[in-house]
Amino acid sequence: MRALCYNGIRDLRVENVPDPGIINPHDAIIRVTLSSVCGSDLHLINGYVPTVQSGDILGHEFIGEVVETGPQVKKLKKGDRVVVASVIACGECQHCQEQSFSLCDNTNPNAYIAEKMFGDSGAAIFGYSHAFGGYAGSHAEYIRVPFAEKGCFVIPEGIADDSAVFCSDAFPTGFMAADMADIKPGQVVAVWGCGGVGQMAIQSARLLGAERVIAIDGHEERLRTAQMIGGATDILNYKKVNIQDALKELTGGRGPDVCIDAVGMEAFGEGIGYYYDRAKQYVRLENDRPVVLREAIMACRKGGTVSIVGVYSGFADKIPMGAAMNKALTFKMGQMHAQRYIPRLLEYVRDGKVDPSYLITHRVGLEQGQQAYDLFYESRDHCMRAVFVP
Amino acid sequence: MVFQRKYSVEETINPQPSGSGQVNIGSTERMISAFSGALLTFYAIRRPVKHWALLSAGGYMLYRGLSGYCPMNQAVGRNTSDKEIESLQISRTVTVNRPRSKVYAFWRQLDNLPRFMQHLASVTPLDTKRSHWVAAVPKGLGTIEWDAEILEEVENERLVWRSVAEATVDNAGEVYFKDAPGGQGTEIHAIIRYQAPAGYAGQALASLFNPAFGQMVKEDLRRFKNLLETGELPVSEAQYSGQRVSDKTEPSKKQEIYESPVL
Repeated sequence: MRALCYNGIRDLRVENVPDPGIINPHDAIIRVTLSSVCGSDLHLINGYVPTVQSGDILGHEFIGEVVETGPQVKKLKKGDRVVVASVIACGECQHCQEQSFSLCDNTNPNAYIAEKMFGDSGAAIFGYSHAFGGYAGSHAEYIRVPFAEKGCFVIPEGIADDSAVFCSDAFPTGFMAADMADIKPGQVVAVWGCGGVGQMAIQSARLLGAERVIAIDGHEERLRTAQMIGGATDILNYKKVNIQDALKELTGGRGPDVCIDAVGMEAFGEGIGYYYDRAKQYVRLENDRPVVLREAIMACRKGGTVSIVGVYSGFADKIPMGAAMNKALTFKMGQMHAQRYIPRLLEYVRDGKVDPSYLITHRVGLEQGQQAYDLFYESRDHCMRAVFVP
Repeated sequence: MVFQRKYSVEETINPQPSGSGQVNIGSTERMISAFSGALLTFYAIRRPVKHWALLSAGGYMLYRGLSGYCPMNQAVGRNTSDKEIESLQISRTVTVNRPRSKVYAFWRQLDNLPRFMQHLASVTPLDTKRSHWVAAVPKGLGTIEWDAEILEEVENERLVWRSVAEATVDNAGEVYFKDAPGGQGTEIHAIIRYQAPAGYAGQALASLFNPAFGQMVKEDLRRFKNLLETGELPVSEAQYSGQRVSDKTEPSKKQEIYESPVL
């Protein structure tokens, strides 16, 4: 089959690789019909996540058709159109039984690597470095899905492929950002980042009853989309206004009740702090550029919640712990628990409450892989999300 | 639950040193042996024409001095040492989200062990207490074999075993099972002690590798958990990636030959 493989920093190529087969009894083989780029892939392609090896197949947000199932897979059958959770979870360990699927104990065969980096290992993620399991990703014609009964969800009739694909990762991530923050009706939520996840966080915050949602980004067209389609009540361009002042002004001097970081470790920003991070990251003294995190902590209302779904991979400097402590902030974070949210999100989509299909701006073949990621990384050509049709 | 322990963790059962795992030469004699051995070896090497008898005599004296073990002493039952080499210890633990009786039963059936202990080739029960163990040495350096016997057994609680004398690597250990708090399943604690071959020299070498052995035990316990909780072991290496093909290496055959242990 053809697959989009990592060959080096910002060097993706289509290779011919053998088709995957069933290895374990709970596996299924899926023929990929749509596979989306994701902001977190950029950290891998740009070389900030260790243990990515040449030849690795990227991609973790996808839908497809079941073509083969292992002997222990009873609930899926050939021909089922399914959306697949990007995190791989067994459903049997303590964490899975508590619905914390991204913390699964049993799916990462390279848990020892993550253990060295983080003290313990979470669930494996498709196409997301060897520290996260080393499983082949979805930018390919076929993919092997372990624990398929737990990770594959049949897409109900009436939901288009373009809408379903984001129920794999972007929508559950954005939804979890809002859900973790325990948003109460009438609250004001600020969302940093208006890419796929940010857009979904904005919509989810509205769904969960936020009275106002303030969207923050540096790209005018993304901000406009957030306002026109996502339902953001206010938009702020960090290149034009001082975010701290603007947020205070928009919230009567209180600050947002909930601050959502949907950006993570490769944040762009302005000012000395940003260039300090870039320099340190360049010489590998720091993995993460926590520009957004710092801003969110400073802006958050006293007693408020900072909810982090943007990915951080290692060490971040100059986190204002004094502000966090003395304002009694609550921190919520984590890789999203896709298997917990997907059924509920498919219902939202079926009922027409949210339609994530507007995230797709580009539709390409695997051969255009590197160009698609370049467009996406540089946000050129109004690229919000490119999807591959393998 | 309180139960009487014949051997407790604090005073863990020690392996019975046998063969070169023990010392039988006193310190003064060791020093003399090592020094004269080094001297002999040095002269043997310096001679324009190699003197093989001298070289092997020197080498033997040197080994004897460094390890503290003399096979000849052993043969004639002579022991000028009053010391014992301390065994090395590894202890690791894991929590399995399954009831204690099920976890214990799987472990107690010793021929199950090679399904999650990567370096074990086989364990064959000989009777209710004794078993024969075969382990593959990494990098295809052959196998080591030994017999072990269960010294103490409390159902659903603990197992204590020790290798029978003349094992390649004398070893002993204990594994105990207890309920994890809050109904989180079963905690398994494994404590393994072993006596490296080749006396002091072997012990020095083994203590260098001890952290790696510890990691091996930890990975084995992790696989045990994987297998009991999900019925399979997670595998990604057997999958194809672009690299193996573009590198023109033999496409990995792992997938065809890979048989995942299934519960």
